[in-house]
Amino acid sequence: MHDSMTGPCAAGHPLVHIAGLGKTYAGADGLPVQALDGIDLSIGRGQFTCVVGPSGCGKSTLLRILAGVMPAGPGTIEIAGRRLDGPSRDVGVVFQSPVLLPWRNILSNVMVPAEVQKLPADDARARARDLLDMVGLTGFAHRYPGELSGGMQQRVGLCRALVHNPSLLLMDEPFGALDAMTRETMNLELLRIWHEKDATVLLITHSIPEAVFLADQVVVMAARPGRIVANYPIDLPRPRRLDMFSTPAFGAHVRRIRSHFNSRGEID
Amino acid sequence: MATPRARTTVFSSPRALSPVVLLVLLAAWEGAVRALHVPAIVLPAPSAVVQALWLEIRSGILWPHFLVTCEEILAGFGIGAIVGIGLGVLIGQSRFLEQVFYPYLVAAQTVPKVAIAPILVIWLGYGLSSKIVITATIAFFPALSNTIVGLQATPREQMEMLRACTATQWQIFCMARFPQALPYIFAGLDVAAVLSVIGAIVGEFVGARAGLGYLILQMNFSFDMAGVFSILLVLCLIGICLHLAVGLVRRRVLFWAADQADPLPGL
Repeated sequence: MHDSMTGPCAAGHPLVHIAGLGKTYAGADGLPVQALDGIDLSIGRGQFTCVVGPSGCGKSTLLRILAGVMPAGPGTIEIAGRRLDGPSRDVGVVFQSPVLLPWRNILSNVMVPAEVQKLPADDARARARDLLDMVGLTGFAHRYPGELSGGMQQRVGLCRALVHNPSLLLMDEPFGALDAMTRETMNLELLRIWHEKDATVLLITHSIPEAVFLADQVVVMAARPGRIVANYPIDLPRPRRLDMFSTPAFGAHVRRIRSHFNSRGEID
Repeated sequence: MATPRARTTVFSSPRALSPVVLLVLLAAWEGAVRALHVPAIVLPAPSAVVQALWLEIRSGILWPHFLVTCEEILAGFGIGAIVGIGLGVLIGQSRFLEQVFYPYLVAAQTVPKVAIAPILVIWLGYGLSSKIVITATIAFFPALSNTIVGLQATPREQMEMLRACTATQWQIFCMARFPQALPYIFAGLDVAAVLSVIGAIVGEFVGARAGLGYLILQMNFSFDMAGVFSILLVLCLIGICLHLAVGLVRRRVLFWAADQADPLPGL
């Protein structure tokens, strides 16, 4: 169950534990760029964490390191008690764009992680169909990505990230390319799925209201070097509803987080 | 391709106009040859070419030569395509291998195949094998270079998506890089198919005992211009059929790449 008291320490041992993580890479001019510096972050099991920050604050770098597709710098990362040393079967990733394979139909796109990890095909196919049902794409299993709208494609991306039952779901501005209405719908769906699947989510976003709406904790990052400047628990009751956007408590959270950016106006 | 409903005439639709242009040209050719009394030894009229072709078909002269040339083209194309794609897959595995080997392949490509044809005939004899090898060397390069380019064309996001779900290099190759390269490979095969007709004819010109190229030379020696032109027509038809066959397979395999450019639209 997700209740308002869920916090980094509530679940005992956190699912994700990051300590002193740094990352430096060579920039376009050959000079080293400090993308991340001294990142400490714990994410409890079943917790929904949002990361907000301006462009270039390293939030995508953080996610790509957690996804194992970018080598980490100094520091330690543990997921479910295991030190992270590359892509993990226990992680699902939703990218900024849907990244579907156009020659595979929808069902077979969702099946990609299951095929890669050689999971029993029948179970995985049943799970894929359940997930497609859950995101309202029941009749689309045998269509091709080109026939679907952007919002539908991103839903397929979400199903694909969940088909191998990962305990951690990483999402990199998953709905950033969608229009505002679709985005709200997708956020509600995401919360429902998170609740049903009892998943742990780390989601990156540009939007402070979106972060407050979704999260148990909102992590605020700043740029040059990419670092965490604040971490706010969000104690709004669950399930979250769209009308909460207009409540005073919601507004107070948004204002507090926005105060980090007002001076420079770097994010909305 | 739905044609617009409003006032479609022959002149507003390229697909309808194209054959009309051909008919007009043929009629002008026929008329000019007749009106100016051009000797058949210089330029035969289209009607004479068709007549010659009909005679060759009826007398049975054409058929064995046609089969020989088709065999050379198909075998050479097949071998060139398989070796080209296979080598392209090996070299396309990494920028490193590409940078080591590709310059030599380009250098080899600059050697005119027509110039090495006599050598191959001496090495392999007057029979089929020398023509097949010449055709294969010509068909090989477009298949190779397009495979290499295609394998480097996979979007970074697709590779990362697969890596993130723990895919091995081999799985990434099978699930993304190779399918992603297919549009490029088919474009290469299309070029290779048309070039392989040239390969077979060049080989037969250099030294052969049968085939359409051999037949052209024979007819040339006896000043049978209508015959020569009729064989050219047959060669054109073979090339068009190969192009159509590649296009047919491509449309089946690449059903997902709907917006790919067709080198000859309408065919």
